[in-house]
Amino acid sequence: MPGNDLVLHEEEFAKIREVISRLRTECNAKVVFLVDKNGQQIAATGELNSIDTTALASLAAGNVAATDSLARLIGEKEFSVLFHEGERDNLHISVVGGRVILVVIFDERSSLGLVRLRVKKGSTELGAILDIMLKKSAQPRKAAAGGSPFSEITDEDIDKLFSD
Amino acid sequence: MTFINYAAREINCKIVYYGPGLGGKTTNIKYVYEKTNPNSKGKLISLATETDRTLFFDFLPLDLGEIRGFRTRFHLYTVPGQVFYDASRKLILKGVDGVVFVADSQAARMEANLESLRNLDLNLKEQGYDLRAVPYVLQLNKRDLPSALPMEEMKRQLVRKGEPVFEAVASKGTGVFETLKTIAKMVLLELRKGR
Repeated sequence: MPGNDLVLHEEEFAKIREVISRLRTECNAKVVFLVDKNGQQIAATGELNSIDTTALASLAAGNVAATDSLARLIGEKEFSVLFHEGERDNLHISVVGGRVILVVIFDERSSLGLVRLRVKKGSTELGAILDIMLKKSAQPRKAAAGGSPFSEITDEDIDKLFSD
Repeated sequence: MTFINYAAREINCKIVYYGPGLGGKTTNIKYVYEKTNPNSKGKLISLATETDRTLFFDFLPLDLGEIRGFRTRFHLYTVPGQVFYDASRKLILKGVDGVVFVADSQAARMEANLESLRNLDLNLKEQGYDLRAVPYVLQLNKRDLPSALPMEEMKRQLVRKGEPVFEAVASKGTGVFETLKTIAKMVLLELRKGR
């Protein structure tokens, strides 16, 4: 199969959280979150109670995937930033390191200019953390995690998931 | 491509329902949604046209519980089956961990099944996958229709690698969970193997 599973360890998770929390404060944004291009949520911070983050992750990834294809159709490599303007809230979506998607939700307390500026800076930091994450993901799982918990999954463990 | 989050103790896997238009992919996912405990499921998202044809994808997140201390989540996606939505289908296959092919049992739809299967093979290859290596289940849907082809005939034409085959009537739920359980199990066994 192509590529490796994406593995997120606590060290990188903590660093990612730190960067996106700071980004949220600097942007004065409501929510900042990071999604894998396949639609898996990596980390999120902010006013998350009112938002279905799983659905948001999947749709943001679908949106980026469709827009990437559109870009290629007209001979562009990608559209690196998507911006959706609403009556109250706005959505700023950008691709970091060609691999993950950074979503910022903000309202009138912030502005597009400010978000763009801060996202640019934050993306560089996130890109560096992601590089480490991807390198670790590419290592054999045992070496990266000090023993893989999954090599010992039994048929019974799996059957238990479907017991009801 | 499974996403393993050690920090949140989560495993996330992606299962894609593939097959010809009007074959019952969305019906499968809707049935799973209706019959699943509210605590174990997220919102069902359908990006569909006004006439309820899938335009981009349907999406249903399922939480199956814990395995070895990790929350096990499955993200179920359907592709739009109609031939001209091929660009969208390719996008949805990205990062797939397991595929369910939902075939339409009506004799008149056999050619559409075969075309969709060829399309799946091709689109997987484009993403660097090999149908023979990906966890894969074949579901023969609409078994209740009078025009349904005999099971053996369908198997002869559609089975690709000795994959598990299930008879289904997705609109009534027959075979839906059997299919899902089997593909989920195959994906987890793949995870056990590691890479």
